[in-house]
Amino acid sequence: MEYQNLFTQTQVTGPASRGVPINAYDMRERTRSIGFSHLMGRIGNAQIGPVYLGRLGVASLIFGMTAFFIIGMNMLAQVGWNPLQFVRKLFWLSLDAPAPKYGLTFPPLNEGGWWLIVGLFTTISILLWWLRTFRRAQALGMGTHVPWAFASAIWLFLVLGLIRPVLMGSWSEGVPFGIFSHLDWVSALSIRYGNLFYNPFHMLSIVFLYGSVLLFAMHGATILAVSRFGGEREIEQIVDRGTASERAALFWRWTMGFNATMESIHRWAWWFAVLTPLTGGIGILLTGTVVDNWYLWGVKHNMAPSYPAIYGTVSDPALKAPVAPVATGEKK
Amino acid sequence: MAMLNFEKKYRVRGGTLIGGDLFDFWVGPFYVGFFGVTTIFFAFLGTAMIFWGTSQAGVFNPWQINIAPPDLKYGLGVAPLMEGGLWQIITICALGAFGSWALREVEISRKLGMGLHVPVAFSMAIFAYFTLVVIRPVLMGAWGYGFPYGILSHLDWVSNTGYQYLHFHYNPAHMIAVTLFFTTTLALALHGALILSSTNPQPGQPVKTPEHEDTFFRDIIGYSVGTLGIHRLGLFLALAAVFWSAVCIVISGPFWTKGWPEWWTWWLNLPIWG
Repeated sequence: MEYQNLFTQTQVTGPASRGVPINAYDMRERTRSIGFSHLMGRIGNAQIGPVYLGRLGVASLIFGMTAFFIIGMNMLAQVGWNPLQFVRKLFWLSLDAPAPKYGLTFPPLNEGGWWLIVGLFTTISILLWWLRTFRRAQALGMGTHVPWAFASAIWLFLVLGLIRPVLMGSWSEGVPFGIFSHLDWVSALSIRYGNLFYNPFHMLSIVFLYGSVLLFAMHGATILAVSRFGGEREIEQIVDRGTASERAALFWRWTMGFNATMESIHRWAWWFAVLTPLTGGIGILLTGTVVDNWYLWGVKHNMAPSYPAIYGTVSDPALKAPVAPVATGEKK
Repeated sequence: MAMLNFEKKYRVRGGTLIGGDLFDFWVGPFYVGFFGVTTIFFAFLGTAMIFWGTSQAGVFNPWQINIAPPDLKYGLGVAPLMEGGLWQIITICALGAFGSWALREVEISRKLGMGLHVPVAFSMAIFAYFTLVVIRPVLMGAWGYGFPYGILSHLDWVSNTGYQYLHFHYNPAHMIAVTLFFTTTLALALHGALILSSTNPQPGQPVKTPEHEDTFFRDIIGYSVGTLGIHRLGLFLALAAVFWSAVCIVISGPFWTKGWPEWWTWWLNLPIWG
């Protein structure tokens, strides 16, 4: 079988690339050290570095690392500052949002106050990093497609931790910081609001998530399959179509009757990936604020089947009058 | 007609795996081939079975179509048509259609002198489907463990199967799979955006080069995987996501029957904690 170009067999090591020059002021921010990794070179570029520091990046890292550090110290405190137990229980430990009774007020530090601070610092860190991607793209004269794609992920992040809790009137609606605890939060949200699978925006988000993976499998495989014709030189193929683009296009045209172009496949990719958190954020935003039970919403709109009432009718115990002994305080 | 202006010179005979040049022709933009014929056969039969089955059940709402697998009492046997037999036929048709489609992709790849990456990648998806409707049901001893064919019905199956293991998010293979799904989508967003931002630069600027792409990513995160590397990475991430999805469901039942949160107690009970 011919060589399928799954990894680089022969590595050629040339002089390190310092990158496209930017203005003299900015050039000071690029680190000097550049390394080479043979293992990385098997898959992609062997060169590691340089990296651009810059005020935005450094500030973002400081806020991000502080948030990370606060989470870690909270978790350490939860195991009595025992490092061994910290490692043992790491996945179970969690920095939780405040209790519902605090609403949108600032609670004591160890009852959700740290959670609020971490949320604020993480948000600042992410927004600074967004500015960094925007500034770096501008400095190189490139389009701002990366920052706008990043903005879509930030939208979901803000819905989860800021917009929806504010609309619900309580920070307790926010997501905890922890491995298992954030998974518990996801399940609890789904169960509380009648199964998120019936949420049409959740459906869309999953479609775009799976669609993104499908697109990258198709695109990655197609480009590798035409790499013997130079298909990975995509910019060149976009401005001056060669046989690699033609074969890649015809492959899909003959397979499914439709093909993208070398440029449009990246628009498909961008939109599928961007719509994943965009629709997901809408779905989360509507949950609890507009819709209380997605299953019943689905039944109402003739989407979900109403299941047969095999258990008879059950009245909501919360609507019943309290039972006598509690109401009168009598003891038996 | 249905041909792109550069297409004619690529439409050559040969490259078929079977049947010589019997079906070696195009219909409109579609290549046919022997496996195109088998694809049409299986796809038409399977789709017709779904439509017929749902009409027999009196369901004409597309959301509520539900072709369920047989009851568990039929084990790995053949079920009556309206009690899961349809599901069994549709499953065979689906596997026939998917397999034919993959082999047709091989023929098209050979015609165009391309590598076989696309059919190999597609095979991973077929493997995941095969795991869901054949490997796991066989390991558990009944076709009834397959998932039903329908929009909301398959979502209900995912919910119910997940809660049978108490909390599926604790399944370690599911964790890996979800992480890979998100990472693939992140990588796709970055790759798509990088190519678009190079070919659609700021007003008045010339189109950028791969050197700009590398510089942008090195400036941002200190590493750029490169034009070839990103496609290897993307393909790997996508296939790994699908592979671990198959793993996470095939271990649920055949190899682990309790709640997934409980699985993690091995870590808590390691003898190293003192």
